[in-house]
Amino acid sequence: MRLGTRKLIDRGMTALGIGSIVLLAAALLVFLAPIVVRGLGAFVFRGTIEYRQLTLEKFGRGDVDAVEAEQAEAVEARRPVYEMLSAYKKELADGHESLDEAKKQFRADRKEMRRHEGLADQQRADAQAELDRREAELDRRGEQLAKHEASLVELEELIRELLGPEPGQSVPVLWRDQYGQTRWDRAQVKLDQILNVETWVDQDDPDQPRVRVLVPRADAFEGTTLAPLFPYIENNAEAMLLPRLTFYWRFLTDTSFDAHFFGGIWPEILGTIYLTLGAMLFAVPMGVVAAIYLVEYAREGFLVRVLRTFINTLAGVPSIVFGLFGLAFFISTMHVSPSKSVLAGSMTLAMLILPMVIRASEEAIRAVPATYKEAALSLGASKWWAVLTVILPAALPGVLTGIVISMGRAAGETAPIIFTAAVSVGKPLWPWEALSQPTPALPWNIYNLATEHEAVDEIRHVQYGMVLTLVLLVLLLNAAAIVMRARISKKLRA
Amino acid sequence: MTENTLHIPARKTTLPDRKPAPAAPSRVHVRAEEFSVFYGQNEAVRKVSFEIPAGQVTAIIGPSGCGKSTFLRAINRMNDLIPGCRAAGKLLLDENDVFGPRIDVTALRRRVGMVFQKPNPFPKSVFDNVAYGPRIHGVRGRTRLMDVVQRSLRKAALWDEVKDRLPQNALGLSGGQQQRLCIARAIAVDPEILLMDEPTSALDPQATSRIEDLIGELRGNYTVIAVTHNMQQAARISDFTAFFYEGDLIDFGPTTQLFTNPREKRTEDYITGRFG
Repeated sequence: MRLGTRKLIDRGMTALGIGSIVLLAAALLVFLAPIVVRGLGAFVFRGTIEYRQLTLEKFGRGDVDAVEAEQAEAVEARRPVYEMLSAYKKELADGHESLDEAKKQFRADRKEMRRHEGLADQQRADAQAELDRREAELDRRGEQLAKHEASLVELEELIRELLGPEPGQSVPVLWRDQYGQTRWDRAQVKLDQILNVETWVDQDDPDQPRVRVLVPRADAFEGTTLAPLFPYIENNAEAMLLPRLTFYWRFLTDTSFDAHFFGGIWPEILGTIYLTLGAMLFAVPMGVVAAIYLVEYAREGFLVRVLRTFINTLAGVPSIVFGLFGLAFFISTMHVSPSKSVLAGSMTLAMLILPMVIRASEEAIRAVPATYKEAALSLGASKWWAVLTVILPAALPGVLTGIVISMGRAAGETAPIIFTAAVSVGKPLWPWEALSQPTPALPWNIYNLATEHEAVDEIRHVQYGMVLTLVLLVLLLNAAAIVMRARISKKLRA
Repeated sequence: MTENTLHIPARKTTLPDRKPAPAAPSRVHVRAEEFSVFYGQNEAVRKVSFEIPAGQVTAIIGPSGCGKSTFLRAINRMNDLIPGCRAAGKLLLDENDVFGPRIDVTALRRRVGMVFQKPNPFPKSVFDNVAYGPRIHGVRGRTRLMDVVQRSLRKAALWDEVKDRLPQNALGLSGGQQQRLCIARAIAVDPEILLMDEPTSALDPQATSRIEDLIGELRGNYTVIAVTHNMQQAARISDFTAFFYEGDLIDFGPTTQLFTNPREKRTEDYITGRFG
């Protein structure tokens, strides 16, 4: 019985262990799958002719003849849209003309009536009523025209967003105004906006939130010459934009343009690399030397206990506090750079990860068998020589693991670089520029795009692309740590 | 090395035949005078006085916790690593006080090599293990290092087994080979004294026998001081034996005399297995 119980408990524990691992894997999958799927949208998407045109004109990439042929095709498909628009404009102009005519007539009639004095009261009243009716009718026509004109302006703006500026117009300043929708998924959103007007309707109960209702935009143009435009756009969107499956791997190596509307995230990636390597440059030597001191040289006493407490406290300080500290200390007090810079950001990140490096190195050094040190010392090695030639090499796997894990941490930290290094838009820097200039960086720009960008909905794909890149970067670092550790351990263990 | 893996050398419980120790030891190499070692308040070695002759094998025996390892580790000051450990009295190496104020510990350790209880080669190649000491002491150049490595490995009777494996990791060797490698590593810095702290306690009988043979070969060139639990081993390998008990030196003399005709009752009780 007792044996049976023990077996049962054993199996239960095994099941529990396997279960928790499966749960963890599932959680990871649930976490990673959307990141990967949505992030890939920045690299693989259906690009429109506008995209290919932009790539050709701004980046000089693509087949000139093919793009021109496609462009001609698209222009052909778009012509009816512009024809219908100009026809409608003409209709509106005609409407204005006839309205002006009618107004003139109305004013003449009114003058006429006022001139006829001595009319009977009854006649006078009738004539006045007729005039009032005509005036109201004129006002209504005027309002109708104004409404149609406003609707047209809105529609033209939407069509410009979808297809780009009408051929023959002056070229706008911003890239985003120079081209239509470059991505088919965004084009479809715009298409929806053209076809339907989003309105919010009050419910009967005023405490209830308003309800979103889509009204076909065609309703506003019912009975005009523009009415056939909407079915035409709906049915010919593909012909006008020519979406093709596009693989944009240069998302990783292109500079961004027009506030991340176009181009890639190379400045962000490079900035992240600079900041991370810079942080390592400061934190690793200090951290490893500190760990060696704590393990090999420090005598346990009050001072060392205080030191350890400091290190542990430092590890628990919120990262935003490090950010403010970096601003106050490195920039305002030490003046390492006139303003935000990669240098100041690296130093701040180094402060943040220093406790991690110290702890990991300490553990690794402590784990080296004491017999190695004894052997080295018994051969006449001095203490530091034994540390350098025997203890550190043996501790290297652990030290490296700690270093790479803290690299991942440094690469992903946002708060410490807000005040010390990060800007939302920037060019890729040369290493020597990093000393004095700020840089965009992946974590900060993800935050920035998500919260502060003027048109974040237009460029969600860039944000997700950055997230995927950052996650992959950190995973890559961790994988490198595992491989490195395994290789060095193998070398150490024979 | 595998020609007769099943051959277990006959172990003699009586004293082995070998060239008799020189009648009068040429000189005293290590002299303890009222020498004590403390761990905090605890006196681990209590005012011992005796002389260890040069070029001979001296065994230190005694039950666990009798201070024999502590005494051994005092000779090259490995005890310095233990916090709260201090020494009193005199321990003279060639008439220089090991604990004197002007002693250079690294120079001392170069003169006094050590082999530990558990084989502890570095996680480096066989070559780098042996070359570690010479490199510290300024031997440079591949050929000169190779010279030293080869000579040391030959002296440690390991050359033939590892000559083709010099670049390989030393941790791939067997336990006995590792211990002989450690001896080679200690020899490579050309010490005068070799301290051995139970050098065979982690080894199988065959490896033990090879180490014992090796100790016999080292006699004459080096002063060997070996701590051992194993009285038969002490009898087999040593010329002189010191018996420690609870921190006191109970008996010291030529091994033959100590084992056949102990002066002290406690020595006799110990070597006949009545306690310990």
